[in-house]
Amino acid sequence: MVPPGTPLYRHRLATRLWHWINAIAVVILFGSGLGISNAHPRLYWGAYGANFDHAWAQLPHFPGWLTIPASYNLAISRRWHLFFALVLAFGLLAYMIASLFNRHFRRDLALTGKDVSPAHLAEDVRDHVDFRFHDADDPGRYNSLQKWSYILVIFLALPVMILTGLALSPGMDAAWPWLLQLFGGRQSARSVHFVTSALIGGFTVIHLALVILAGLGNELRSMITGWWRVPA
Amino acid sequence: MITRRALVGSAGLLLAGCDRVVQVPAARKILFAGEDMHRGLQRALSNRGALAPEFTRAEMSPIFRSNGTSNPNTPDYNGWVADRFAGYRLAVNGLVDRPLSLSLAQLRAMPARTQITRHDCVEGWSAIGQWTGPLLGTLLKAAGMRRSARYVVFTCADLFNGQPYYESIDTVDAFHPQTILAWALNGAPLDVPHGAPVRLRVERQLGYKQAKYITAITAVASLARIGKGQGGYWEDNVDYDWYAGI
Repeated sequence: MVPPGTPLYRHRLATRLWHWINAIAVVILFGSGLGISNAHPRLYWGAYGANFDHAWAQLPHFPGWLTIPASYNLAISRRWHLFFALVLAFGLLAYMIASLFNRHFRRDLALTGKDVSPAHLAEDVRDHVDFRFHDADDPGRYNSLQKWSYILVIFLALPVMILTGLALSPGMDAAWPWLLQLFGGRQSARSVHFVTSALIGGFTVIHLALVILAGLGNELRSMITGWWRVPA
Repeated sequence: MITRRALVGSAGLLLAGCDRVVQVPAARKILFAGEDMHRGLQRALSNRGALAPEFTRAEMSPIFRSNGTSNPNTPDYNGWVADRFAGYRLAVNGLVDRPLSLSLAQLRAMPARTQITRHDCVEGWSAIGQWTGPLLGTLLKAAGMRRSARYVVFTCADLFNGQPYYESIDTVDAFHPQTILAWALNGAPLDVPHGAPVRLRVERQLGYKQAKYITAITAVASLARIGKGQGGYWEDNVDYDWYAGI
């Protein structure tokens, strides 16, 4: 057992840099995205979809305290969204390359036998319910649910956001027609873009809640300086 | 509790801060440079002639909604509608060797391309329809566009705050094989809400670039002295991107 209070170097520079750049990008993309949603808050499946067509979802009007800018302005929402879309996409790419070289993916995120065992996953759920997030014998290791959620966000949700975002672009649809085939048409891609953004929003809320439960000061310090202390 | 509030509060501050940042000219310039980055990336990733997807008749929208001006309703325009556009003329001018003035009958007599394409509004909706008309490139060649021309400006019959709506594209899109001056939608002559008698189809860009009610096509070397210099009505007045490929 590692004694409580032991300092561990937990997050490398590339991880910390990307975490904060990405956090800013996600918040701005979310706020500006809700502003864009207010322009046409209906979702469709297929290639086309407009006012006379069947919408599978009718979204609420998002209030000013959630949108960028606060007062409706589609042009400015798009300016924020499209600039930070580049930050998100190229930031993710740089982080992925760095994490292959510094072995972050291999050491921290690669799944082991334990992570796919239903018995262990069930135990991990019970530990989370009891607010126990660290293995006392190997406290630096990510727990299985943590690994799964990071893997799903980094390798599935964020790439899906980028690809569905590109599929909304008439220019990119000409350049890469496979984008439309992948998602079943532009309006389907738009629906997937919205649903996935809600999933990322849900991840963010749970992530923040767990950071608070696990010890906000310790977790924040580790994501700023890299150093984390083994909790009691 | 304080820390929890700090976390939520910092996200709130970030959102509110964005509205201040956009007022700072230097920050605004960086943010607006996103448009040039997207244009550069898209142009680098695609061939000049890469085609927008085309669809079959079975894939068309049952109803193709109109948007923007539904009727220019000016005395000149109403006169053209009354005589079925017999008095209408399309001017092709600017940096050209042979300025043209074409009647609708002359435009309809030109070799036409028919394409079923998707119209994407900046707001988020899409509609698929069939467009017919001559290639813009054919007109520009017939007029003898000069090499010094870099942009093509479309002047429209509908007025916004007393000024004609206008839009512009560069020569890459002007000579694209799907860039046409459509005089028919879904096999019928273009109706007034959809831009009669002639509108632009520039299929790799968003809806506000698809100028309706076109009265003049002008080849220019720079957009700086047209309107307020941003290349279009919405670009001039509400900060829309000139390059609307995304």
